[in-house]
Amino acid sequence: MKKPANLVIAVLLAVLGFALVVQVRAGKSDAELSAARPEDLVRILSDLDAQQDRLRDEINDLEETRRQLDSGAEGRDAALAEARKRADELGILAGTRPAEGPGLSIDLIAGSETIRPGIILDAVEELRGAGAEAMQINGAGNAAVRIVASTYFIDGTGSQQDRLVVDGLALAAPYTIMVIGGPDTMRTALNIPGGVVDSVRQHGGTVSVHQADTVRVTALHTAGALKYVKPA
Amino acid sequence: MIAVLALALGVAAGIFFEPTVPLGLLPYLPIAVVAALDAVFGGVRAKLDGIFDDKQFVVSFVSNVLVAALIVYLGDQLGVGSQLSTGVVVVLGVRIFGNVAAIRRHLFRA
Repeated sequence: MKKPANLVIAVLLAVLGFALVVQVRAGKSDAELSAARPEDLVRILSDLDAQQDRLRDEINDLEETRRQLDSGAEGRDAALAEARKRADELGILAGTRPAEGPGLSIDLIAGSETIRPGIILDAVEELRGAGAEAMQINGAGNAAVRIVASTYFIDGTGSQQDRLVVDGLALAAPYTIMVIGGPDTMRTALNIPGGVVDSVRQHGGTVSVHQADTVRVTALHTAGALKYVKPA
Repeated sequence: MIAVLALALGVAAGIFFEPTVPLGLLPYLPIAVVAALDAVFGGVRAKLDGIFDDKQFVVSFVSNVLVAALIVYLGDQLGVGSQLSTGVVVVLGVRIFGNVAAIRRHLFRA
């Protein structure tokens, strides 16, 4: 018959024990401070204030540093991307990187006479004048040479009599010039009266010009180390 | 017996959960604990006197705690919180001593 009352008493005592422990634990951390004199408390408080100020300054400094590092990293990334793009462009100009883009593929088919190096050189110069950005010349059997500023074209000698030597590599007919640039301009430049197409025809050969959206110039030029020149 | 078990259970729970006192309760908890202790000692004394009454114990326990908290709250509002807390603790301390003395006389006949 005393069950409910006992239960209530038990609950109350459990709460008391709980509160007792909580209070003892909460009081323990402050025991040192509550025993301190007011002067000491003031000193501790001002110490803490000073420490807080110092830490806040440190936070500001570190955040400033982080901002600088962040913007530095961004600047470095941008500079790196820019440099990489520039290196790609210069590599294409120097012939050390493969390139692709719209342009022409020009088949030069010899007639009764072989095609002279002079005609190829004329064609290259004409294409350069018309804004060609990357070129290579293919011979028979997948042989290909990238055409760069220093590329030369001469007649073969000895057993390679009827071949075309480009940068030391003897190419056999038929020749194909792959060129990336403005297709219409280059086609017009090739077709001017007295130009490349005309001179090949005069020697009995034929020139066929194909326009393509994607011409791949994949032959690479090996740039030698510079011996004399230095950036000024 | 069941009361002692419950007390131990509460202590164990307090140790186990390691709760932090909410800031709003901070001034009231110590006074409430002392008031509850007063009620408990009064209950023990009544038990030994043979006049223990469940209802009376529960009511005195709860009212002790509530009145103690109320006094502290009132003291805080009037700006004499710490003095009033001290007063409450002194009064409750005197009562606890009286109860403990009665319990001692019962247990040791001295």
